[in-house]
Amino acid sequence: MAAGHSPGSHSESPLIQLKSVSHTFSTATGPLPVLDGLEISIAEGQFTAVVGPSGCGKSTLTRLIAGLMKPDTGEVWLHGEKVVSPRSTVGMAFQNPVLLEWRSILKNVMLPLEIVPNKLSVKEREERARYLLALVGLEGFEEKRPSELSGGMRQRASLCRSLVHKPDVLILDEPFGALDAFTREDLWQTMHTLREEEPFTALLITHDLRESIFLADEVVVLSGRPAKSQYVLSVDMPGKRTLDDLYTPQASDMLATLREQIKIAQGHGKAGGHSA
Amino acid sequence: MSIRRIFIPVATIVVFLLLWEWLVWVNQWPNYKMASPTDIWPAFWKFKHLFLQYGWQTLWRTIAGLAIAIVVGTFLGLIMGMSRSVREALYPLLVGFNAIPKATVVPILALMLVGEHNINTILMAFMISFFPIAVSVSIGLSTLEPEYRDILKALGASRFMIFRKIALPKTLPEFFGALKVAVTLAFIGTNLVEIIEPHGRGLGHLFDSAKINSDYPLMFAVLIALAFMGILLYYVVVILEQIFAGWAERSPT
Repeated sequence: MAAGHSPGSHSESPLIQLKSVSHTFSTATGPLPVLDGLEISIAEGQFTAVVGPSGCGKSTLTRLIAGLMKPDTGEVWLHGEKVVSPRSTVGMAFQNPVLLEWRSILKNVMLPLEIVPNKLSVKEREERARYLLALVGLEGFEEKRPSELSGGMRQRASLCRSLVHKPDVLILDEPFGALDAFTREDLWQTMHTLREEEPFTALLITHDLRESIFLADEVVVLSGRPAKSQYVLSVDMPGKRTLDDLYTPQASDMLATLREQIKIAQGHGKAGGHSA
Repeated sequence: MSIRRIFIPVATIVVFLLLWEWLVWVNQWPNYKMASPTDIWPAFWKFKHLFLQYGWQTLWRTIAGLAIAIVVGTFLGLIMGMSRSVREALYPLLVGFNAIPKATVVPILALMLVGEHNINTILMAFMISFFPIAVSVSIGLSTLEPEYRDILKALGASRFMIFRKIALPKTLPEFFGALKVAVTLAFIGTNLVEIIEPHGRGLGHLFDSAKINSDYPLMFAVLIALAFMGILLYYVVVILEQIFAGWAERSPT
């Protein structure tokens, strides 16, 4: 493993733990190793961002934690239990908001509550969904169809859906990637609001280094394919974060460090030459 | 239902009938060449009880065939949409079957099920109309973005739950699109049997009798009656579509 401080800084039973996870896809052109002995641990309540060169297996990582697939070797632990299948304690949001077009925004947000076992009455489910929609600024849009909303609003609704069943872990796979810069910054602030009101543990996959330091407590840089954890940056931005915090010397230093690490990771990918 | 949605189609039909009448009149076409709407109406009125009786026979057999086509077509679409191997296995068979001119199947069916006129006719209506339903349901399912599945799977939803909550509603617009095609095809199927193998039933039989008696306006009247029933059934599908898949229609603004 390359330089940086040790990734295992949270010793007493982290909420999410990946133990030397390796995975290889078999493709038409031969085996494609994507993860190679990846170690990540995320403490309860911690927000971790994962950055890395494109195609380095970041999405595979989300699917592993969600229990949607199993790694070839290594283990994924969640809440002190080994993940072998999907579990209802996970909330997911993707770059594509994947809202169901035939449902109102409110009914879309309520969807997980129809699947995850819970004791809530229909009225309580609705209240919960309305509460979250109000938090992200979608009050008054509950009865609209997804097609009537802008991209940013749809993504807000998608975030509400991922949180409605109070998941232990929020998995965000580039949820802001397809939005314009201003909408994206708005949503970053919405994420902070949500985190204040609804504390959660999160893993965010992103390509945006500014996004990673603005949102996360810890940024993990993955090496090129096959990916391992190459560097871990602790984001030191105490107090309530505002967009201005991204323009301080400390933020510039962090961004420079991350950019440097990404360069190294890209070099690793080329030198690795694993394409079969 | 705005005035526009009723008035415009009705006005178009009236203009069409006027144009038809005018063309026949201007060209002085005799009845055997082209009957005019004013000739067709008396022919219809004269045999109105036969139109009702035979029309009903054609209608119920068409609907029965269509119902089987919906069940079988949806089932085939489901298994083809869920499994790539099933899709690859069944497509050549289905395409081959669909390519056979159905008129050639009529005598085969007649021999296979001698005397079972109702079943013959229903089977033909089914055979001619299930294909578009199967294809569109399978395409609807196989083009479901994986994220949709992941959203529910990650919550521990069963396959059935994913199907009921996502795959089924998402396929409905495609299903209704295919059903609109299938409705008219089913009518063709029913009449194919009724005309080629006349057994004294349905509007196809009335058409055949008219042909034998050289009653040209009556032949045209049968065609109009068939068109009318096709339109009727089509709009039933449209209403069902608006109830179950109205969300797919975007507002024009």
